[in-house]
Amino acid sequence: MRQQHLLALSLALAALSVPVLSATQPQSQPPAKTTTKKHADPAPQPPDEGERVFVRNCSRCHATPEGFSPSISGTIVRHMRVRANLSQHDEQALLRFLNP
Amino acid sequence: MRLVAIVAALLAATHASTAQNVPLISGGAAFFSSTNGGNTSFLPIFEPLIAAPIGSHLLIESRATIDESFSPKSNGQTGYNHSHFAGVTYLQGDFIASPHLTVVAGSFLVPFATYNERLSPVWISNFQDGPLTASLGTMSSGTGLGGMVRGSAISRPNYSIDYTGYFSARSGNEQFNSKRSFGARTNLYLPKERLEVGLSYGRLLQGTQENFYGLHVWWEPKDAGLKVRSEYARGHHAQGYWVEVDYRTQAFGGFNSWVGRFEPLFRMQQTFRRDTVVSDGLPLEDTQRADFGLDYNLPHNMRILTSYARQFSASNDTNVWETGLVYRFLFPAWKGKSR
Repeated sequence: MRQQHLLALSLALAALSVPVLSATQPQSQPPAKTTTKKHADPAPQPPDEGERVFVRNCSRCHATPEGFSPSISGTIVRHMRVRANLSQHDEQALLRFLNP
Repeated sequence: MRLVAIVAALLAATHASTAQNVPLISGGAAFFSSTNGGNTSFLPIFEPLIAAPIGSHLLIESRATIDESFSPKSNGQTGYNHSHFAGVTYLQGDFIASPHLTVVAGSFLVPFATYNERLSPVWISNFQDGPLTASLGTMSSGTGLGGMVRGSAISRPNYSIDYTGYFSARSGNEQFNSKRSFGARTNLYLPKERLEVGLSYGRLLQGTQENFYGLHVWWEPKDAGLKVRSEYARGHHAQGYWVEVDYRTQAFGGFNSWVGRFEPLFRMQQTFRRDTVVSDGLPLEDTQRADFGLDYNLPHNMRILTSYARQFSASNDTNVWETGLVYRFLFPAWKGKSR
């Protein structure tokens, strides 16, 4: 009986989330910015490869750190290469993204 | 003391770092409170992580946990008991041998399903408590002592496949406790669909030898702010699953608006015992649990975690209220050379 209640509750929550999701407007999450980035681009640009690697491999698991020293960007990328099993190509794209 | 010596040795070994490869110190500091069945416990916890590259192919990384647990005394006594814990969670060397192969040696997180490797750090997990099945397939301690191979097998624009395989020796060392075991995991990721499906296998080679099987599915529809994560794990004596839904809205000024920083959560989990042989850390009887959470992502890498859970089992139903504040830090071990 309790399991039935839980299942019903889960289904109700899932149903409630549908209109909420459909009401949202597509907009990409801001990527990580190292502290060396001075200015934002004047016009919206399509995401580069490094940003795609970041979104698909890093921010899927954890929130984007608000800022970090560029001196550790290579260390972060190497850690992510091992933890997220990145390819060498993705590792280099991610490093370029963090150090534009 | 031993941990301090390890950290000092790592930093000394990596002093000749390049402009972008300065060793980093990261981690999280948190204060949690949990009220379970009317008893409130407090847990201040500190989880530092250090990562130090050496040359162009090697990375040494380690994470530790230091906490102090305060829980109310039992048998009608007033006051609190407290216990202290400090230990190395993992300490591993990663050698990038080729574009498709990284060799890991040392004490490492057991790569079974996703929670242990990806979501267990205090600054990442959305809920204070890990899932009930967290010990299933991770050989109880969650860490192995031995070797691991891992890497990207195939990476194409439309899909990618990665792999991980490990062997762990038995160790009774206080800091590097592990069980003799081996296992493997492979993931298929479809970037356009934002869908990941993975399979895990592990075999415990000591005591009650048993096989563990895992399946995980993660789905994060593009630009929706929604994350759906799930795992199923099966051992010889018990099995269980969890499904977690996480949502952040962009409809009111983006993720970093005050509304967008709210993060409602829901997690459903069930465990089932197949027999009464207890060897895997799962509850002793079939258990269902629903977690309702509301996190708030403050500026400056801080998060407030709140949740309510109702847990059902044959002998006892409990309410679990949890609140916590988490701070994530990330900085270089020293000032790097200017480029």
